Order: sequence, then structure tokens, then C-alpha cells
Amino acid sequence: MTRKRRRLTILLLCALGLGTATALTLTAFQDNLVFFRSPSDIAAEPPPPGRAFRLGGLVEEGSVTRGSTPEGRPSVAFRVTDGRSTVGVQYAGVLPDLFREGQGVVTLGQMGPGGVFMAREVLARHDENYMPPEVAEALRRSGHWNPASGTAPPAGGRPGA
Amino acid sequence: MIPELGHFALAMALAFCAAQMVLPMLGARAGDARMMAAGQPLANAAMLSVLVAFICLATSYAVNDTSVANVVQNSHSDKPMIYKITGTWGNHEGSMVLWVLVLTLCGAAVAAFGRDLPSVLQARVLGVLGAIATGFLLFILFTSNPFDRMWPPAPDGQGLNPLLQDFGLALHPPLLYLGYVGTAVTFAFAVAALIEGRVDAAWGAWVRPWALASWAFLTCGIALGSWWAYYELGWGGYWFWDPVENSSLLPWLASTALLHSAIVVEKRGALKIWTVLLALLAFALSMLGTFLVRSGVLNSVHTFAADPARGVFILAMLGFYIGGAFALFAWRAPSMVPQGVFAPISREGALVLNNLLLCCIAAVVLVGTLYPLFLDLVAGQMISVGPPFFNLATLPLALPLIAAMALGPLLPWKRAALWPVIQRLWWAALLALGGFGLALALTGAKFWPALGFGLGLWLIAGAATDIVDRIGLFRQGARIALTRAKNLPRSAWGAAIAHAGMGVTALGIAGMGLASETLVALNPGQSTRFAGYEWRFDGVRDAPGPNFTARRADVSVLIEGQVAFVMTPARRTFPIGRMTTTEAAIRTNLMRDLYIVLGEERDGGAVLRIHHNPLAPWIWLGAYIMALGAGVSLSDRRVRVAAPNRRQAAAAA
Repeated sequence: MTRKRRRLTILLLCALGLGTATALTLTAFQDNLVFFRSPSDIAAEPPPPGRAFRLGGLVEEGSVTRGSTPEGRPSVAFRVTDGRSTVGVQYAGVLPDLFREGQGVVTLGQMGPGGVFMAREVLARHDENYMPPEVAEALRRSGHWNPASGTAPPAGGRPGA
Repeated sequence: MIPELGHFALAMALAFCAAQMVLPMLGARAGDARMMAAGQPLANAAMLSVLVAFICLATSYAVNDTSVANVVQNSHSDKPMIYKITGTWGNHEGSMVLWVLVLTLCGAAVAAFGRDLPSVLQARVLGVLGAIATGFLLFILFTSNPFDRMWPPAPDGQGLNPLLQDFGLALHPPLLYLGYVGTAVTFAFAVAALIEGRVDAAWGAWVRPWALASWAFLTCGIALGSWWAYYELGWGGYWFWDPVENSSLLPWLASTALLHSAIVVEKRGALKIWTVLLALLAFALSMLGTFLVRSGVLNSVHTFAADPARGVFILAMLGFYIGGAFALFAWRAPSMVPQGVFAPISREGALVLNNLLLCCIAAVVLVGTLYPLFLDLVAGQMISVGPPFFNLATLPLALPLIAAMALGPLLPWKRAALWPVIQRLWWAALLALGGFGLALALTGAKFWPALGFGLGLWLIAGAATDIVDRIGLFRQGARIALTRAKNLPRSAWGAAIAHAGMGVTALGIAGMGLASETLVALNPGQSTRFAGYEWRFDGVRDAPGPNFTARRADVSVLIEGQVAFVMTPARRTFPIGRMTTTEAAIRTNLMRDLYIVLGEERDGGAVLRIHHNPLAPWIWLGAYIMALGAGVSLSDRRVRVAAPNRRQAAAAA
């Protein structure tokens, strides 16, 4: 095999590898980008069912109820608010230690029947004073909180409720 | 007094490193032997100065000197002594001092072990290392001085993040830094070679041990971090494709590729330019990791402080070193003559394939890690890229890599035929297929885990075939085989061990693919059946600790009505910093882990999450076997004696 042909083979292999990698990345991106949505985003534009996304906001005061799923797994239901809209969340799993009413929370899951968000994961930080950046941004966008004016407001009931 | 001494030592180190950057480089250019020789004592002096600074900082932590701002922010008198000392690098400033300490240690090692190195090359390598250390010392002194005093002294410190108060995490940063910084040495060799415009087999022989050592440390560091995430975060998983995890995986992928291509440079004199490029890339990815983790761009337990000035400084350094090196590469690489012809199907060809696939995986991981940042910056859209993306995008690339891993070492150099090699591997293929089929049947047709079992067996059997073949076990009888085994180069043993280790990790990952979990709410005395055991919840009680309070549950695990053992998952509350951590209870017998997490307490009872993780420990065990393989390979006589031989050869020529 001549040097030229060898080089050509290697170049072809490289192109094949890079092409595969690009194709894989693009296809995987298509279905697996997880968008962040605030309750207001969901109210404005209902997300397609069956597509996972992250929902974040404050856990509404007094909304946490404990029960169990039809399969008998202990579960928790609560509402997430950004001050303008709220979304009900159902979660069967161990809540993070610092999950508290009125605190920021980010959940991963998808919309279930009846407009309830079925969470697969609930993330809250290990630090009590922590506000997830996405939640801070969502609150700022909903006009509920200006980060420059101090700490986050308490998540009282629904506005007008 | 001690903090001032430390600060002074850092400033001294900066002076030494600046001199180490300039003098040997100029000496090498002018051919001045005395200036070149200055590199070695300067490297030692820099190492000693940083060591003094590090000891001063550790002392401030040990005595809880509350007039030092860094100690106040990150320590507390209540902490056990071991975590006071490990807290030295459990924060941004201290970890940067550790980074530079490891870097100067490497510099001193190049000075000490590199006496056989051509003096011009050694001078240039030391010069580049000095330049890197200078940048990082400037970074520490100007943006993150660990010795800043505060007045008046605080009554006590604010405590260390309790998640980091853990023995595994005490070792994780030093190991990872040894790996990261090891890539700085190979980078320095690559830059020196570019300046000289010459890469020869001797260069490959010098780079390979450094690449191996840094790779081994990276492997251990990543495995330790993954293990920590497994037992400390309480999520029951071992790898979350978190951006911070990815930023340690990227240099690992690059240095895996580098240590393989360095073999080709050393043995065959081919792939030189590519190897130099890989060495630059490995360090670039290490620096990128440092930037991502330390700048606060990403949010995680690793992000100690979100200070934009630091991010900008690291980014500037990244641009300077990496941009400079790539510019040098673009300028000098075309003048290097490619050598060593080989056919696509040959050992070299297999190693090229390995490099290609590893680089593709690295590219995919890099895109997935950086894309959310990019989109946030450009479109202001907040997205995250999770495990499904990485699994989907990397697995199809990892499969041919693993399939080729067993074939590659059996191929002869230069030109080979595939068929004889496949013939020698027939029993490995049979074993892999058998394992795959058996797993498929036993697990109820779970395809991916079954494939993982098949591939794991393929790798282990392939490594065994390699060794059996080389010592001629079945061809020549046990006695001759034993002698040949003794005489087999350690690097061959090392490669086989490392490949088998990868197989063990693959088996562990496949086992974790079969993991199951259940979530139950139990009252005291109640029990549940899961994974063939009966789990009886005996109650929750208070369990005080040195600097925390804890709620601890007792869960008796019963086999056929008899209590086999008791597991005690707990939740710790740290009053300082007002944080809580989950302490999962893990019971292992090496074939499976039983894993319990204590959830919230409900009217006298408690929520428990119970996991059954088959073969989980094998994941980390495999990683340590890989590192062991690197260690065996490093102990090869040829690694140590090759250089003097070459020098004699050069003198004779």
C-alpha cells in the first residue's frame, strides 16, 4: 500500500468517525435536550406530553400533602409557583433534605394527566440559603422578585387566591 | 506570623518560577550550558517554596487561625482534626495552592529523573513548566490569596461544606490534580518538541511514562469521585454526566488516547504530529476543566465561589497557554516529517482507531457539556443535557472501541491480517457470546446490560488470550511458559491488566443496569420484601456526632426469618451552615450492594428507599485494576533504562 493510499484510508476513517459523532450528537440532541420551564411558561404554552423538561419555582406555602401512589409507593404532592401561575407536582421518591415550603425547587419529569407534573427527580440544594439560578431567573421574569431588592419573597398562596 | 511566611513563600515561588521560565529557555536558545543547568535548582527551589506555603496554610487550618479569612470562610474549631487538614484543599484558594504544589513537584521530578534527558530538551520542558506555574501563582496571588488576613479576627469559622467532610473526598482532589497536572508535563514535552522542531522515539519514550502516570492518577481520582457520589449523595447512581464529572472525563479520554499513540511514537516512530497534538489537547481539556469547575460557570458542589474576576483570569490563561501552544503547533508541525509506514490493519492501525474513537467520544462529551452554556449565552435559553443524551451519543462509539480493544494487542506491528487474530480469539468470542446469551435469558431480555456482560467478558478473555499467547502456555508447557511469563516485558502485563480492568468495570456497569429499587413507608416493626430479603424497620433514633446531629434508622435485614445484619441509614444535620447530608447505609459482599436511604419521617414511621445494586463495587474495582496496570507498566525496566542506552547510542553514532 502506498503512502498516499494509506493517508487516504486514514482520512476516510477520520471523516467516518467524525461524521458518526456529529450524526449521533445531533440525533441525541433532538430528543434529549431538557428545557427549563417556569409555571408561567407552562400556562402560556402547554408543553407537549411525553417530553421531559425541568420545572422550577417556589414550593407554595401549605400545598404539600403526603399520600401514596396506586402502586403503594409513598408519594408527595405539592404546587410550584412563580408568583403568577402554579403547577401541581406529584412525586414518588425521597425528597431532598432541604425541601421546604416557600423554598426554591427544581424538578425533572413530564406532564401527566390532568395538568399535573409527574416528577422523576426533585432537586433542592443542600444549603438553606440557596436559590437555584433558573428559579431566580423565572421569578425575575414573572416580575415577582427583583434579585437586586433583597432575598426571595415568601411563596404565599396563588395571587388573588 | 505563619500566614505571612506562607504568603512570602508564594511570592518567592513566583520569582523562582519566573526565573525557571526564562533562564533555561534562553540558555537552550543560545546553547549556554550554565543557563540551561539553572533549570534544575530553580525547579527544586520553586517546589520547596510552594511546599512551605502549603504547610503554612495547612498549619493555619490545623490551629484554626481565625485571623485568616480563608480559614474563617471554610473551617470551624468543631471539625475533627483530619477534616481541618483536608479542608486546606476543600476550598478554592487552598485547592489552587495544591494544584501549584503538584505542578512544582512534577517540575522537580523532571529535574531529578530527567538527568538522562538531552539537556536542551530538559531545559525547555522545565521552562514551559515554569511558565505554567508562573501563571497559576500570579492567579493565586492576585485573585485568590489564601493568606489574606482579616481584622478583627472572627470568633470562629463558618465551617466546611459537610458534603466535603468525608474521607473519600479528602483524597479525591489530590489524586485528580496529580492527573490534571501530569498532563501539564506531557504538554511541556510537546511544546519543547515543537520549539525544537523534532520528535523522535526517545521523545516518545519520555512522554509515555508521564502520560501513564497522569492517566493512572486521573483514573483513580475519577473512580474515587464516582464512588463518593455513590455513597454520599444517596441517589444510588455512580455517574450522572454532570458537567463537573464530564470535565474530569474529558482529559481522561484525551490522555488515554495520548498514552496509546505515544506507544506508536516510541516503537515505530509514526504518528508523531498527532501525538504532539494530543498532548496539547489533553492539557487544554484539563485547563478547560479547571476553568469550568473553578469559575462558577457551572453550579455544583465543586464550585467554591462564583467570582467573575477569577473566571476571566483562568480564561485568559487558557487562551494564552493553549492558544500559544496551538499557534506554535500550526507554525512548526508542517516542518516535521512524517515517518513509519504501516498498513491500516496492523497494531498501529488499531491504535489509530482507538485514538479516533476516543477523540470522537471526547468531542461528543465536550459538545454536550458546553452546549447549555453556549445556548444560555447566545439565546438566553436555559436547558440541561442529561444522561439520556450522553448514553445515546457515546455508547455507539464506545462499542466498536471495546470490540477492538481485545483485537488490537494481538495484531503485529506494521502489517497484519485480521483473520489469524480472530482465530486466536475464538474462545473469547464464544465466552462473550455465551455471557451475552445467558444474561439475556436470565435478566428477561434486557439488551443493554446483557451486551455489557458480553463485552466485559470479551475484554477480560481478550487480555487473557494476549498473555497466554505471548508466553505460549498451551504450546510449550508450563515450565517454559513460566520462564517466558517472567521475561515478558512488564508493559505487556500492564496493558493486559488495564484492559482486563476495563472489562471488570464494564461488568460492573452492566450489573448496575440490572439494579432495582423500591420506595416504602414503614412503621416501626413493619417489614417489606424486596430483592429476596425481608427488610424490617426497627425505628429511628437520635445519634449525635462530633459536629452534627443525626437521625439514624435501624433496618434489620432478614434471610429466612433470621436477622442476618442490621443496616443504619442516617441523615445528618450540621448546625454550622445549616445543612443536612444523607448517609446511605451500604452493605456489600462484592457481588451486590444493598443500599438504603432514609427519607422523611412520617407519623412515627419513615420513608425508606432501598436499592439492590448487582456488581456495583466492580465499577471502581475495575478502575483501580486499570490504574494498577499502569503502575505495572511504569515499573518496566525499559522505562527506566531506555534513556541511558539511547545516549550511548547517540554518542557512538
